[in-house]
Amino acid sequence: MLTNYLPPGADYLRFLPEIILTAFGLAIMMLEPFTPVRRKSSLGVLALVGIAAAFATDCWAYFYAGPAFHNMIVIDGYTTFFRALVLVVGFLCILPSFSYLSRENAQSGEYYALILFSLVGQCVLVGAINLIMVFIGLEISSIATYVLAGFLRTDRRNNESSLKYFLLGSFATAFLLYGIAWIYGLTGSTNLNVIRQVLERSSPHTGLLPGIAAALIFVGFAFKVSVAPFQVWAPDVYQGASAPIAAFMSSAPKAAAFAVFFRVFIDSFTPLNGSWMPLMWGCALATLIIGNIAALMQTNVKRLLGYSSVAHAGYVLIALTADSQIGTQAAMFYLGSYVLMNIGAFIVIGHVAAHNERFVLIKDLSGLSHRQPVTAALLAVFVFSLVGVPLTGGFFGKFYVFQAALDSHLVVLTVLGLITSAIAAFYYLKLLVAAYMHEPSPAVETLGPPATGVHVAMWAAALGTLFLGIFPAPLVAFISASASVIR
Amino acid sequence: MSVLAATCLIPFVGFLIILCLPRKSNAAFYTAFGASLVAFFVSLALIPPALANGALFTSVTNQIWLDNPALPIRFHMGVDGISLWLILLTTFLLPIAVWAARSMIKERLRTFLAFLLLFEFGVLCVFSALDLFMFYVFWEIALVPMYLMVGTFGGPKRGPTALKFFVYTMLGSVLMLASILYLHSVTGTFDYVEMMQGFTSGRLMLTGTQQTLLFLGFFAAFAIKTPIFPLHTWLPDTYTQAPMPATMLLAAVMSKMGVYGLLRFSITLFPNAAQDAAHWVAILAIIGILYAALLAFIQPNIKRLIAYSSLSHLSFIVLGIFTLTQQGADGAVFLMIAHGVSIAALFLLTGYMEQRRGSLEIADFGGLASPAPGLASAYMITLYASIGLPTLCNFIGEFLILQGAAIVNFAWAGWATGGVILSAVYMLWMYQRTFWRPKTEQVAKLPDLRLRDWVPVVPLILLMLWLGNYTQSFMPPISSATSRELQQNKASQEYRVQLKHPRTVHVAEVLRAH
Repeated sequence: MLTNYLPPGADYLRFLPEIILTAFGLAIMMLEPFTPVRRKSSLGVLALVGIAAAFATDCWAYFYAGPAFHNMIVIDGYTTFFRALVLVVGFLCILPSFSYLSRENAQSGEYYALILFSLVGQCVLVGAINLIMVFIGLEISSIATYVLAGFLRTDRRNNESSLKYFLLGSFATAFLLYGIAWIYGLTGSTNLNVIRQVLERSSPHTGLLPGIAAALIFVGFAFKVSVAPFQVWAPDVYQGASAPIAAFMSSAPKAAAFAVFFRVFIDSFTPLNGSWMPLMWGCALATLIIGNIAALMQTNVKRLLGYSSVAHAGYVLIALTADSQIGTQAAMFYLGSYVLMNIGAFIVIGHVAAHNERFVLIKDLSGLSHRQPVTAALLAVFVFSLVGVPLTGGFFGKFYVFQAALDSHLVVLTVLGLITSAIAAFYYLKLLVAAYMHEPSPAVETLGPPATGVHVAMWAAALGTLFLGIFPAPLVAFISASASVIR
Repeated sequence: MSVLAATCLIPFVGFLIILCLPRKSNAAFYTAFGASLVAFFVSLALIPPALANGALFTSVTNQIWLDNPALPIRFHMGVDGISLWLILLTTFLLPIAVWAARSMIKERLRTFLAFLLLFEFGVLCVFSALDLFMFYVFWEIALVPMYLMVGTFGGPKRGPTALKFFVYTMLGSVLMLASILYLHSVTGTFDYVEMMQGFTSGRLMLTGTQQTLLFLGFFAAFAIKTPIFPLHTWLPDTYTQAPMPATMLLAAVMSKMGVYGLLRFSITLFPNAAQDAAHWVAILAIIGILYAALLAFIQPNIKRLIAYSSLSHLSFIVLGIFTLTQQGADGAVFLMIAHGVSIAALFLLTGYMEQRRGSLEIADFGGLASPAPGLASAYMITLYASIGLPTLCNFIGEFLILQGAAIVNFAWAGWATGGVILSAVYMLWMYQRTFWRPKTEQVAKLPDLRLRDWVPVVPLILLMLWLGNYTQSFMPPISSATSRELQQNKASQEYRVQLKHPRTVHVAEVLRAH
């Protein structure tokens, strides 16, 4: 009977967010030719509805946790958290895109459809417990993102960004795929649980080969999350892409890649952790140092935020190095607060940049507080959160990460990491020095009030950041219940 | 809600109200002044219970902030004899700062007042925090509005100065954060009272190396904030560039956060390390006293001169704490208050001079006493208080500190006395050059203090007299709290409670009371 081969109903429920996103994406593609230019933004509204529906079904699916499609994906607290996270990112990045695309005369339905497709890939990625699904999810997410990076076809910076991202990204994916092949050859499976069992059985005499396979996979993931020494592309790409897309690229694909990074390394490769821990330790420190020191010399805000996103990847990697349950929790919390403050900062600079992104230097922010005190105050919230000042989500995330590191006796890494975070204050605060302590620049003098979408997104990100900092308890309760799923 | 929690929250509510007010209106001033005044009167209610028993933490609020077995964070605040007067000093000075800001801050007064109230909220929570996580949170929160005040309203070099101030202090704070996190890894709690119970009962132990490293981590934050020589390099620029009401609070209140931390946490949590380090810290403090005093001599700018004099007095407080004697610690706490009052008055009056003359270079003044006799006399009294004339406030504190130093090492007292003498010389010399020299044409036309300028000056002078003459109305809670701290320092050094010994039983009782 055919029905024997069809998955049961609950499987579809668990996969419903992805299905909804795909359906909405396809619908937008279909409606696109029939929509007059001045009404294209209604397709964006459709995308927002799709994301909201996917979010609702994601929460619903949480109550029907379990594996789906013959152990290809699993829905648990961890998956639910990260799916919700990337959906929030998608929502927050579409909101400012309405006015951004209108400003650049590039309003189009494809843009929104591509964001939805990218989100589908990330949702698959965070739920995957099979390396094949990991690969498929990563590719769906990446290909949509490559296109988004170069969405403004006539803009040279967009083209450079897209090409660079595509070439380096495919190169890294090749490493990942090669690693998967090795793992399959060594263990006879691509299922994460089976891999761990096989590795555990042979662990007393694990040879060099599993280590090499893990290293190949590490390269693939490290590229996606922009961890040193594979971080070179990140500042270039984020600088070149348009601001809402840079916000999206530095948040959603990164969070999703980290989710699977943790699942693979803490879950499957636990038997090998003796060999990958020192590697992570070194990479985390290198990432922090390179990200924070290079950011000190930047004058372009988007590039500065690009380096800052590299540095923040370093903090999450510290949580991975801790290799513990509290480390996983810390990473979840950190990514949750990171995406909000990072998106917020990118939205503010996208707003100030004006047509064709002419004003993206730090000095262009000068005097923002004189002309638009509310925007400046929200920028201050994001900046203080990125610095790690208490009562913001950024601080609590850092606190959580370093507590996890110290519980795992990573004293040196903690002290050095904290010192780099103090150095980071220097370049973040340059944004506030400009916005609060200088006279208005030409960019700010001619700046119009923020559009509704920009306003809503900025407020939402800022309130979220503050909420996570002042009342971390609800989120901490949820993630400490769900981080136990892996490991 | 306890009185303490209400005292802390009132400024925050005021801050939120000001944020919602329209940009150009007087309502911001009335809100800020009203909120800070109400906070002051509410905080007066903290005095009776603390006078009854200064060693106990009273007005305690102990709420769960984060209920997680891995990260148990509590909103735990209380007040004892040490924090009592610091809290009152803060609530007392804030209405004065608000009043001064009204005439001294020309543009965007509303924003400035909002920062002032946020600052008050942070500082009050720092002085009352009994949970280390909470302590760190508000320690940093207090820094943010101060940074923005210096950077937005300060002098011509405000941007780089504020940046240096923030990054410098943050560098110290993160080392303290690392220590707090490590302490939590070892003890499983962030709660100070719980930790102290663990240490005195011998349930928790820190090895010598752990103590030394943790002590250094905390010390980095406290030493930069106070500051202690040679970590003081941010101070002169920041004090000089900051707008006058902010300088007042920087010197009077914010610097006390550092010395308060040393007394409250460093010597009780890491008793052995504190004992070992006491000698070195005392020597650094003495160097600081003399070095700052010598630098104050050659300053051509009044504000900078007072900034260095403040550094010199703060080093006195540090010296008092690290004598680890009853007299030294009492003197240190008393001088925290006395210095807070006198330095605030000095900066306030200096602010009036700046308003009148448009400059603070000593060379631009001369003969100010004849056009402005009121200002001259107020300045004279404050100056005497600052250099430690008997019957005025600083004297008692400095005397006790010198006594404590003499008990430990007479040479320390000898050197530190040099600082007292020098301060008299440079201060009086500055006074001569600004108020007494033959007057120039510009100075002759300067107006005296008006009624609204006298309003904040009078309570400050009265308080200086009160502190200097009726010391006994302030001292008892201080002594009982410092003696508890010092006993904990000694008791925890041995890592056990000797139940037969009556004095240590007292410690155990005190701790059990919470």
